[in-house]
Amino acid sequence: MQHGKYRFIVGFLTVPLALYAIFVVWPFIQSIFYSFTNWSGLSPEFSMVGIDNYTRLVEDDVFWKSLWHSVLFALLVPLVTIGLALFLAFMVNVGGRKRRGGPAVTGVRGSSFYKIVYFFPQVLSIVIVALLFQFIYNPRSGVLNALLSGIGLDAQPEWLGDPDLALWCVMAVVVWATVGFFVVLFSAGMASIPAELYEAALLDGASRVTTFFKVTLPLLWDTVQSGWVYIGILALGAESFAVVQIMTVGPGGPDYSTTVMVLYVYQKAFRDGQAAYATTIGVALLVVTLAFAALVMRLGRRERLEY
Amino acid sequence: MKTDTPPPGDDAVLPGPGALTSRASERPERPARRTKEGEGKVLNVFSHGVLVLWAIMVTLPLLWAVMTAFKDNRSILSSPWSLPDSLHFDNFTRAWTEAQIGDYFFNTVVVVGGSLIGTLVLGSMAAYVLARFEFPGNRLVYFLFVGGMSFPVMLALVPLFYVVNNIGLLNTTHGLILVYIAYSLPFTVFFLTSFFRTLPTSIAEAAFVDGASHTRTFFQVMLPMAKPGLISVGIFNFLGQWNQYMLPTVLNTEEDQRVLTQGLVQMTAVAGYKSDWSALFAGLVLAMLPVLGAYIVFQRQVVQGLTAGALK
Repeated sequence: MQHGKYRFIVGFLTVPLALYAIFVVWPFIQSIFYSFTNWSGLSPEFSMVGIDNYTRLVEDDVFWKSLWHSVLFALLVPLVTIGLALFLAFMVNVGGRKRRGGPAVTGVRGSSFYKIVYFFPQVLSIVIVALLFQFIYNPRSGVLNALLSGIGLDAQPEWLGDPDLALWCVMAVVVWATVGFFVVLFSAGMASIPAELYEAALLDGASRVTTFFKVTLPLLWDTVQSGWVYIGILALGAESFAVVQIMTVGPGGPDYSTTVMVLYVYQKAFRDGQAAYATTIGVALLVVTLAFAALVMRLGRRERLEY
Repeated sequence: MKTDTPPPGDDAVLPGPGALTSRASERPERPARRTKEGEGKVLNVFSHGVLVLWAIMVTLPLLWAVMTAFKDNRSILSSPWSLPDSLHFDNFTRAWTEAQIGDYFFNTVVVVGGSLIGTLVLGSMAAYVLARFEFPGNRLVYFLFVGGMSFPVMLALVPLFYVVNNIGLLNTTHGLILVYIAYSLPFTVFFLTSFFRTLPTSIAEAAFVDGASHTRTFFQVMLPMAKPGLISVGIFNFLGQWNQYMLPTVLNTEEDQRVLTQGLVQMTAVAGYKSDWSALFAGLVLAMLPVLGAYIVFQRQVVQGLTAGALK
């Protein structure tokens, strides 16, 4: 298959690669360069300022707040989401009643129904989800406080208006929106674990809890790990941008209590006209993202189990 | 896991200790068996309880949104849980025409239609070459594409705004389409490269021996064979592009060019000072239902498409 091979390769790669280079690679390189300038973004003039932006970054309290919130997002959202999803997926797939003569482990009745319903938020835009929950959290006419007074509780939290609660409220929305995806993902993984392994474990007297930690989790580890990286990157980037930008007051408030790095980049560049400083925060975000991915891959490294 | 109340309709006596402490009572033969069965039943009741609870937590906000979309503005604010007094269908007409949800819907269809086709054509071309041909720089190009998956898009967006502005594509439909394609390529190339590697080589070779050019072999032999992979990655990209918010927020700021997600956010701001919440909820439902409906119909394919990448 040599004839005209290189002409073909060039012909097929040029357009996709050019598009990718112009709109993705080149801006990335530029933004690292701009972080050493004083470019405002409003005019084409700028001059090199060395590491001024980085020293400013270190002294910027709002940056440290946004960094802390992003780290919380990257650690807690995956932890809660994956924990909850593993639990639900195990219940769906292994929680069934043993039928006489049937297999040792079975899914609950209606398992496919649960999987369909849990997946709903995944197909909806995070924008729709965020707008919906903004109303649910509304302290005066929202459903949540109406529910609280309905069951006789006097507490009427301000939710998104309370600096101590707002970040948790926003994170809960991301968890709500992503758990279903992982239930379905882990269910597919669990279905490919041979039933004999469960039977052997149960025959040896293992409880379901032991079975989960000794059989299911180790065999599912690869999926859990790549899922962890996937949702962590989302929680640092697009998802947290959408929920914080849409739901919180300010956005990023009250009192910077929900500002995340990705939102801070956006505000510095497109609201405050400090494009160079924005790219500096963006570089910090890149470092955090890569560190997160490396950490998960390293901590999660295990011997690969073949089955 | 204490079991004070036995599940209804069961005559079997449940042993006190639940799943966690069942080991202790396993030594004598019969009680051990009963513990096992008991454990299964407790687990069954417990798991159903948890699963139903989460199903309610997922569906309740969505059902509440549908219900609210039929109410009038006053009752939305005064009694969020009450049923609508009558079905206010006019909310939907107001959302569709006055709040321009219809226009935003149309814009989104055009943008996503264009970028989805572009992504699939260009993505499969690049992936095919990278999967099937040895040439210097192959690995470099592959990792250049794949590396894009873990980079924070927001970092590129600041200069991208000016790149797009300088070539005169800011606030244009085709500009947005090109950017959507570029940012969809990393996953598409990653996914389709491994898909093309799994396809047998013999058929393409046979076509080539019969005198078909590389290009013809690709379009007439390989693409039809890659259909399952194209469907999976197509669904993945469709949902990603349909629900995209960050890219249009930065690059598509002209009022009448807005896509659906932007339009909904804009509608919330307008609803704030016009206090037309009912139209907003109608708008949310209008944006929600087509996607949910399509998901329920093509449920299996959607799930496959969205989970395919993570299972590799």
